[in-house]
Amino acid sequence: MLALAAALALLPLVFANNYHYEVAILVGLNAIIAVGLNLLIGYAGQISLGHAGFFGVGAYGSAILSARYGWPQLAALAASTALTAALAYAVGRPILRLKGHYLAMATLGLGVIVSIVIATEDRLTGGPDGMGVPPLAAFGAALSGERAWYALVAALLVLSVWLALNLIESPHGRALRALHGSEVAAEAIGIDSARHKVLAFVLSAVFASVAGSLTAHYSGFITPSRVTFLHSIELVTMVVFGGMASTFGAVVGAALLTGLPQLLTVLKEYEMVVFGAVLMATMIFFPKGLVPSLAAAARRFAR
Amino acid sequence: MSAALLQYLLAGLTLGAIYALVALGFSIIYNASHVINFAQGEFVMIGGMATVSFLGAGLPLAVAAALAVVVATLVGLALAKFAVEPARGASVVTLIIITIGASILLRGLATLVWDKKIHALPAFTGEDPIAIAGATIVPQSLWVIAAASAVFAILWWFFNRTLAGKAMLATSHNRLAAQLSGIGVRRVLLASFGMSAALGALAGILIAPITFTSWDAGVMLGLKGFAAAMLGGIGSGPGAVLGGLALGLAESLAAGYVSSAYKDVIAFAILLAVLVFMPGGLLGARAAERV
Amino acid sequence: MSVLRAEGMCKRFGGVSALDGVSLSLAAGTVHSVIGPNGAGKTTFLNLLCGIYAPSAGRVFAGERELTGAPAHAFARAGIGRTFQTPQIFLNMGALENVMAGRHLHERCGLAAALLCPPWRARAERDCREQAAQLMREVDLGQWLHAEAGALPYGALKRLEIARALAAQPEALLLDEPAAGLNARETHEIDELIRRIAARGIAVVLVEHNMRLVMGVSDRVLVLDYGRALAEGSAEEVRRDPRVIEAYLGAEALAA
Ligand SMILES: Nc1ncnc2c1ncn2[C@@H]1O[C@H](COP(=O)(O)OP(=O)(O)O)[C@@H](O)[C@H]1O
Ligand SMILES: [Mg+2]
Repeated sequence: MLALAAALALLPLVFANNYHYEVAILVGLNAIIAVGLNLLIGYAGQISLGHAGFFGVGAYGSAILSARYGWPQLAALAASTALTAALAYAVGRPILRLKGHYLAMATLGLGVIVSIVIATEDRLTGGPDGMGVPPLAAFGAALSGERAWYALVAALLVLSVWLALNLIESPHGRALRALHGSEVAAEAIGIDSARHKVLAFVLSAVFASVAGSLTAHYSGFITPSRVTFLHSIELVTMVVFGGMASTFGAVVGAALLTGLPQLLTVLKEYEMVVFGAVLMATMIFFPKGLVPSLAAAARRFAR
Repeated sequence: MSAALLQYLLAGLTLGAIYALVALGFSIIYNASHVINFAQGEFVMIGGMATVSFLGAGLPLAVAAALAVVVATLVGLALAKFAVEPARGASVVTLIIITIGASILLRGLATLVWDKKIHALPAFTGEDPIAIAGATIVPQSLWVIAAASAVFAILWWFFNRTLAGKAMLATSHNRLAAQLSGIGVRRVLLASFGMSAALGALAGILIAPITFTSWDAGVMLGLKGFAAAMLGGIGSGPGAVLGGLALGLAESLAAGYVSSAYKDVIAFAILLAVLVFMPGGLLGARAAERV
Repeated sequence: MSVLRAEGMCKRFGGVSALDGVSLSLAAGTVHSVIGPNGAGKTTFLNLLCGIYAPSAGRVFAGERELTGAPAHAFARAGIGRTFQTPQIFLNMGALENVMAGRHLHERCGLAAALLCPPWRARAERDCREQAAQLMREVDLGQWLHAEAGALPYGALKRLEIARALAAQPEALLLDEPAAGLNARETHEIDELIRRIAARGIAVVLVEHNMRLVMGVSDRVLVLDYGRALAEGSAEEVRRDPRVIEAYLGAEALAA
């Protein structure tokens, strides 16, 4: 925890230019989503292939309320977060009764529905071309410049990790892990498994939504391509790649999966092939994800 | 029946038959390995794209199509052998990510081997629409429906009447029993990926003259095939066919009567509703968990 | 006053009747055994008693409250705990955390407190940990306090499950074959443990095949056969019941 905060504080020393800041900010925003999604996938053991939809509700909620209706940005952010939470709650209650691949399908369907609505309602959203978003501003001052954004995102990431770690070590977190381990046994000790699954779903949706709002403000522009099925998959991949049920794994996963494509652009047309191959090889050789597998290897080595 | 309704039904049936073929691929692999193969759509893409390129090399359509099915099957076997088999025992999500990696890899390869352009395949037998009771249907649609029906019948026969087919089903119900009776679980895994790849490629070849094909044509078709398999109940052959047809018809009717922009929204909303009320899909098993 | 009462419980799976009109009334501090051949419906009966299955017919009460049709966690809240025939351990957690999870119903913690972890929460967490550790020592798992649950041997897992169930402070505890797969020494430990649990005033329902264990600890014995109650009475009455001898205990019991 402190190590993460220290690393985030020292990182700017090696940043040579704005591009580095830009990548770091995107990594941080994705890491916030991954930390939240990990509560659902890694700890509660429930998959979602639709979280780009919640990202989208946050991003477009903020964009539409602030750009089209002139709301103050923070109010727009709060309102779209509340909207996401309400949506996740309303949809989560019926679909989280589904198990395994059926849940995967249902969440995927939800994500697809959100993405099509966003791409189609062009009067509000600008359709496939996307829409402009005013910069983040509060108390009369606009947040601008890569450094200021980096500070904000780094602080929020540390906050997210702290909240997630607290939750995991609380009775709620134990309940989530318990129902992952054995749902009947969890019920038999009084854990309302449905309620706790919905709790994890709503929390992870809120993380994605807030990151979505911030991403929209930071980029100044948002298109439906960030709300697609493929983006949902990317988010899940971050969690699994870094390591399920490992909060730092989620941060590492987000960093690698956001950073890797940036590095791979030098490979030009080979980018997809290499990315796909790296993804496959990592999951075949480290099925539990990078961080837990490497930690286990380090422990074995120490003995 | 109004001509418009008939028109939508015919279009829905064509689309549904394609979805059903892809869905069968999902279900066959699921039965053999409990893996949801997110690279299933890429087999569809390979089928279409390979046929286009063999055709471009001067081969006759039938030969080009047959070779394309062979290529896809080989890719399927390689996927099973080099990616899924070594990861046996990994969690469901890990396996999903592996097949997603495979799908990205295959799409990347497609852009290298072929290109990023959109390609058309000529219709098998002419383009002139045929009139039926006020509606029209292109001959290719008839090809789709006829070929898919034949495949469904062959698969039904294979899984219900032949020893090899029954053995494949047996492994899905009970791995241990299958092992004891000498059915190689490994061979079944390979066979299932080979068969699913061939089915996907066939779907890709059949649909390419109607919807065109390209390096990323498999994404949406794979998604719809997955949806159809889940709608029918994953692992159930008749469920896959029913799910495919239901999804195709829902989409086509929604496009016709409501809004073409929202056709997928309506199809997926119906899917969600079905799953909420029938958590195992239309024909899926509903066994209570035993403790 | 009975802690747990079931009237005319029936459960059908498809066309198969797994349980047919079985009743039970459980008094505090007593051990009530359920015996019968494999497939007789013993596990099904326990699943009905703790809400994992909803009965096809019949009613369940915890004290005065009717729980028929309620979800399993409501049964737990009403003071009914259980263990499973094949241990249902949270293998993704530590051994101690399994038992801490058992205290779920007794932890007072809102979502905000969970996320922000104020000092009082940290203290509560330490108390929870200490109480769970105490329970583990009571079931002789003191050496496994810091182990991952998956590292425990089978016999220890069975006791870990009992500790987890006890952590919920149940009024009735349903044990599904707690001695199955255990050696003589471990079986003896379970025997002692059951007596200690009953001595605390907890009502125990014991499903078990080990007849020496059953006949030794039980206040009452219910014999199931093909989903029906064949006989019910004290251990001695059941042992003498000719129908039971015929159907279940067979020549083995006559010889004993
Ligand atoms: N979830 C279930 N679905 C279908 N049949 C079941 C289920 N659970 C139990 N049964 C059937 O009910 C009968 C009683 O099983 P069970 O209660 O496990 O017996 P016991 O615990 O006495 O060995 C058996 O015939 C069993 O096959
Ligand atoms: Mg049993």
